[in-house]
This record gives sequence, C-alpha cells and structure tokens, in this order.
Amino acid sequence: MTATMIKEFRLPDLGEGLTESEIVSWKVGVGDTVSLNQIIAEVETAKAVVELPSPFAGVITALHEQPGTVVEVGKPIVSFEVKDDAGNQTAAAAPAEVALPKREPNLVGYGAVVESTGRPVRRQRTLVQPTPLAEPAPLAEPVETRFANTSTAERPRSTPPVRKLAKDLGVDLESVPGSGPRGLITRDDVRNFVGGGDLPAAAQELAAQEVQPAPAQGEREVRTPIKGVRKFTAAAMVSSAFTAPHVTEFLTVDVTPAMELLARLKENKAFAGHKLTPLTLVARAVLIALRRNPGLNAKWDEANQEIVQFNYVNLGIAAATPRGLTVPNIKDADRLALVDLSTELAELTDTARAGKTSPADLSGGTISITNIGVFGIDAGTPILNPGEAAILAMGAVRKTPWEYQDQVALRQVMTLSLSFDHRLVDGEQGSRFLADVGALLADPGMALAMA
Amino acid sequence: MVTDDAGQGGTAAGQDNYAGHQDGAGHGMVQLITPAGERVSHPEYDLWVKDVSDEQLCSLYEDLVVIRRIDKEATALQRQGELGLWPPLLGQEASQVGSVRSLRDDDFIFPSYRENGVAYCRGVDLADILRVWRGAASGGWDPYTVNMAIPQIVIGAQTLHATGYAMGIQNDGADSAAIVYFGDGATSEGDVNEAMVFAASFQVPLVFFCQNNQWAISEPVRLQSHTQLVDRGAGFGIPSMRVDGNDVLAVMAATRVALDRARRGGGPTFIEAVTYRMGPHTTADDPTRYRDPNELEDWAAKDPIGRVHALLDRKGLFTEEFEAGVRAKADAVARELRAGCTGMPDPEPLDVFKHVYSTPNSWLDRQQDHYSRYLASFGDPAGATQEEGAR
Repeated sequence: MTATMIKEFRLPDLGEGLTESEIVSWKVGVGDTVSLNQIIAEVETAKAVVELPSPFAGVITALHEQPGTVVEVGKPIVSFEVKDDAGNQTAAAAPAEVALPKREPNLVGYGAVVESTGRPVRRQRTLVQPTPLAEPAPLAEPVETRFANTSTAERPRSTPPVRKLAKDLGVDLESVPGSGPRGLITRDDVRNFVGGGDLPAAAQELAAQEVQPAPAQGEREVRTPIKGVRKFTAAAMVSSAFTAPHVTEFLTVDVTPAMELLARLKENKAFAGHKLTPLTLVARAVLIALRRNPGLNAKWDEANQEIVQFNYVNLGIAAATPRGLTVPNIKDADRLALVDLSTELAELTDTARAGKTSPADLSGGTISITNIGVFGIDAGTPILNPGEAAILAMGAVRKTPWEYQDQVALRQVMTLSLSFDHRLVDGEQGSRFLADVGALLADPGMALAMA
Repeated sequence: MVTDDAGQGGTAAGQDNYAGHQDGAGHGMVQLITPAGERVSHPEYDLWVKDVSDEQLCSLYEDLVVIRRIDKEATALQRQGELGLWPPLLGQEASQVGSVRSLRDDDFIFPSYRENGVAYCRGVDLADILRVWRGAASGGWDPYTVNMAIPQIVIGAQTLHATGYAMGIQNDGADSAAIVYFGDGATSEGDVNEAMVFAASFQVPLVFFCQNNQWAISEPVRLQSHTQLVDRGAGFGIPSMRVDGNDVLAVMAATRVALDRARRGGGPTFIEAVTYRMGPHTTADDPTRYRDPNELEDWAAKDPIGRVHALLDRKGLFTEEFEAGVRAKADAVARELRAGCTGMPDPEPLDVFKHVYSTPNSWLDRQQDHYSRYLASFGDPAGATQEEGAR
C-alpha cells in the first residue's frame, strides 16, 4: 500500500492546437511535496501566460526543463514520486483493477492512449507516413505577372466579367481595343482579339481550368467535378469515338537508320541549339507522307455534307499538361524546314506544359501525332481529334532482335499505330500512308524519292 | 402587474457602475441582495422569492460553491492535458444557479457552451458534462433524460432551436416553458434577432436569458450595443427585465416572473442578467491582453458567492458545520469530476456514426460500412470486433 511510483507530466496543449510553450518559471523544486492542483509552473504559450496545476499529489523528483526553454507539447517536463494509493486522480475511479496501469494524461493531438480495460480497444497503429497519391501539379504562373512590366496608366475600361474572361484567356486588356461607349472593352472585343467569335468554348474552359489539389492523405476516393479540360476532353472523345468509325492499323518498323540520322543531325552545325527528337523525325515523315496521301489531311463536314481536303497541314501534337490533355497544333507545318519544325515542336510542348497554350493554337488542327513512346508504350488505338481524319501514335524505340540483312540483329524498333476516319479514308489510303511513314523512318533516304 | 417596467425603481444600489451605461434610462436593475450581503426589499420582486426559506438559501449557496469548484477543477484538468478546452464560468454562478433552480423538470433548457453550472444543477452526470470538452463525444448526454440540450458552440443558434421547441409546447397545449441561454455577444447575431421576432410573433412560452458578462471574447459590450441590452427587447415587443446577474435571488425572481408569464400564455420574456466573466473566454484565451485589471477588481467586490455568504452570516446560518459540509460536498464533486474525466474511455473510431440520425439511414450505413472495412484493412482483430459490434 505504501509502494510508490514515478509519474511523468508531459506538457499539454494549453490552447487550441498549440505545438509548444515556454517554461517561464518553476514554482516548485526537486524534493518538494506538492498537492493535487498546486501551481507548479508558469508557462507562456503563443496565446497566454498560464499557471500549471499539478496533476498529482506527491514529491517532485525531477524538473526536466529549465525556465526559459521552449518545450514541445508532449515532452515530459516534470516527474513525481506518487504513492500508489495516494488518492490521485485514478484512485477514485473505483472499479479499475489494481493491476491496470493508470492512465497517463491523454494529450490533445496525441491520439488515443492505449487502454488496459477489458473493453476491446484498437491498438495504436504506427502508420507509415503515406506518400501523396500524386505530386501536386505545378500551378501555371499567375497571369498577372506576365503583365507586370506594362505601363502604369489607368486600367482599361471594362467590367469585372470581361476582366475575368480576359484573365482566363490570357489576354492583356491593355492591348485590346474597346468598342463600347468611351472605349469600354466588351466581351466580344476580348473574343475577337483572341481570334474571332468562333473561339471554341473549350478554349475558354481550358483557360478557366484550375489545377486540382493533390488528394488528402488517407482518402479512399476523391470526387472531382467534371469541368474544364477534363469535361472538354470527354466530350471531344465521346463525340469522336461515336461519330467517326475508327480503323486502327499497326506497323512495326526498324528505325535504326532514322535514329542514326538523328544522331548525325545533332552533331551538324545547322542544328546546333535545336532540340531534335524521334518526334521531330516522325513529324517530318508524316508531313512528307501526306503529300502522297492527301486524303488523310481532310475533314468530314457533316453539316455541309462535304469532305474538306486541306491544302495545308496544321500538325497537332497531343501533349500531357498540368491541366490535362491538350492538342495544340503547328500552323502550316508542311511549309517548315526540319530545323524550323524542331523549333516549333519544342516551343509548342514547352508552352503546353507551362499551361500557356493560346486558344488559337488549340483550334484548326488537320492531323495529329501522339507520342505514347515517351511513356514506354509500344502501341495503342488512338482516338481521333474531332474534325480530323487521322492520328498517328508513335511507340517507344526499343532495341529488339530483328531481321536485318537476313540475320537476326539487335535493332532499334518502333511500332506506329494509325487511326483514321473510315468515312472518308479507305483502308487502301490509310495503309499506304502508314507504309510511307514507316518507309521513311526505316530509310530516311526515301524522303528524296517521295519529296 | 409585473410586466415591462417591472425593474423600474429597483433598489439597485451602485448599479451605475455597471457596463458603462450610466446614461441608460429606461431600466433600472433588479437587486435583492447587495454585494455587502444586505437583503433589500423590492415591492414586486420580493413576492416571487417569498417562499425561499433559509434552508433553500443555504442550498443555493451550496450550488454556487460547487459549480465554482467544478469550474476550477475543469480548468485545472485542461491545464493538465485532460481536456482539450474549457469555457470558465467564474463569476457567473448566480446567473446560472438562480435561473436553472427556478425551472420545473418539464421545462426545457437550451444552453450555450458556458452553462456547465446549469448542467450540474439540472442533474447532468459530472463526467457527461466534460465528455465533449475532452473530445470523447460530440455531445455529452441524451437531452431528453434531463430536458436540457447539449452545449451549443455556434453563437446564438440555440435561440432558434428554443423558439421552435417553444412553438411545439404551444402546439401541445402544455404549460411548460423553454429557457435559452446566450451571452451579450450573441445579441449581435442574426439568429438571436430572428428568434426574438418569431418568439414574439407566435407568443411562445420562452425565456430569453442573456448573461451579459460584459465581454464577447475581447470585445466589450459597449462596442456592440449603444443601448442597454435589455432595451432591445422592446423593439421586438418582448417584455424585458434587467437584473443583477450576481444576485442569485434577483435572478430567481426575474426568471420566475418570466416563466409565470410563459405558462399563462403571455409569450416570451427577455432577461438581461448583468454579470461578469471573471476568467478568460476559454482556457485558450488571455484576458489580460485586452482587459483593465481594475475592472476585475471592481467586479470581485460584487462576487455572487461572497454576498450570499455575508447574508447567511447576518442570518446566523453560516456555521462552521455548514461551511465544512459545503466544502466537503465541493471536494467530493471535484473528485468525482476528475475521476470521471480521467477514467473516461476514448471513443472508438466507429462511434462517430452514432447519434447522427435517430432512425437508420442507408447513406450513413454505407459510409460506416466503408469506414469499418477500411479500419479492418489494418488487420487489427480488435477492429474486426468493433466492426461487428457496430452493426
């Protein structure tokens, strides 16, 4: 009955959500006998200076922290020697068995204390700190900063919804001529400025799209409203998949010669400072192959019951951006020399990844390439960008045992997947086109023959 | 008639010291026991406490002392890490005891978060009072076992609940009443004003009991109201009284007046109990940052317990035996409170689904099912047991 035990008192959260407090002074010393609720210390939190009443009756055996120290909540600050039957806090909690250890103060924010009653309890878990399910997507640079250097003259006259629209579309109102009374900039002015009133709604949604935050740790599912790029992508894919009868063809090609050419070009002075990738060559091959197979650079115009044959190529490149899938295109790509094409490709992807693609760059594509190879994928059945007749997926370049000069050799091999709209492209045209692209990659010298 | 102007001419010695409303015409302040412990007579309000015997006065004193002790112990428990938060009621004991002890068992109480003294007097289990402050439950007790709702944290929201409940009493044709507690700060809230409009329109049996403790956290009442709070009642057509909230007898008399009106179909009453929050707003607050220490001293001189002590002394009732008995009672309550707090089992994860709806709800059942399977995914046999137990 006279057995004693040592009790520690850990610094509690004295406010709501405090993580630390400073010991201002001790009101007791080691060896002092204290009673329950006797003031033992003065502690300063971020919110107040408060007095700490002793949680036990007993003798102070140790003061763990000096006055003036800032102590983290939960750290032991003082120890007591208490009698087991000293009428301390748990003594009166009658029915508990003597064998049971007394409950320690259950600190706010420190989770459930393990209990030793007969009741089934959960044991404390030591969960591995879960890693976020996804890296938070980098936010696009705020639009405002882009105009930080513009003149400080009076703000152009406009209304808040128009300013919002301009911001969403990445338009600097300073440069938009206003057609309203006393130069007021209207919604149409902004629309016209970015490229006509027929601007696709998706472009606006794209601009308004916000980056979704990473899911909170431990959530089992995350519900994200369908809007912005995702909504547009979904609508476009559904409309494409269910209006254009897709045919997908595959061709696996030994692209070793193309890769060797790429290596040589990189060392060529003319291409110094330019980013040359397999995509550059594939794009070029597509553009050359289109000359012999213009039927794939076309559009099914349901409304007018016409097939529109384009005599120019706006080459779309599918890009994964922080905001989702976008397919910006290079205008008149067929007129660009290889070096300019490489420059345009690099700019287009950089702009897309930064989330700054202008609405105009997103509309008017005539044929697209999607580079699934960068993800290590070989082949797929791409869905057409709506309004286009063909899309080529380029797979990963892999070293593969391959027939070469009647022997098996380790060659660099790529699979091309071409989907085309069977309403206006027949199997023959599609196949010839794909074969041409393959031939150009297998033997870049063919370009001389085809061009 | 004891009506709107019942407080006029109240004895109210020294009342001008209150609340910075020296110019406050209209309502005097009802007072039956002076801070010095002198029983002063009042032509109307005396009648309402005529039946309070010496024995009952002693019992009121005991309650005042016990709830102050509960408050002190709970504050210590918070400092010791046993409670997450506690809103001290130090200084407001008379307002709470005087009002709650005027109620019948079938009257219904809607408290704010500070009416822990009311809860004790109403018979709420001591551990249950602390349950929510320990974070062990979202509400400490079944309101219908004691006819007292659980603490309302949202400022003033309970006035609407009380008004609705009182409309229910009216529909039932019962002669019970409801009382709703709120503070001076709450009178600035839309909820309270809406409740008073409805209560007046429907003439519901409800007592609006406003403890004007002078401070809405760090905001003094004079910044919120350019008139005495009691004067606001008139704007709603609600008879109003201003009473010394540190005088347990005066509070009791005023509450009885209001309850009597309610039971007779006379509609709602607004009571402004003028008191003072001697402590911090909550244990997370530091009033020395915004309050003049002299103010605290002034109010300490008007202590609600000291004056009843002095009155009992004058009557020769404050014997050593009585004092020891009260102290023993307070000590016993404090011990029981502490034991109930530290021995309180932590809630199980699935407890969060309890007491959400009174009837089964398939949507909630689904969430509970998901959560229990999630818990079970940790492979803890105890979790599995709980999962079954929860169904």
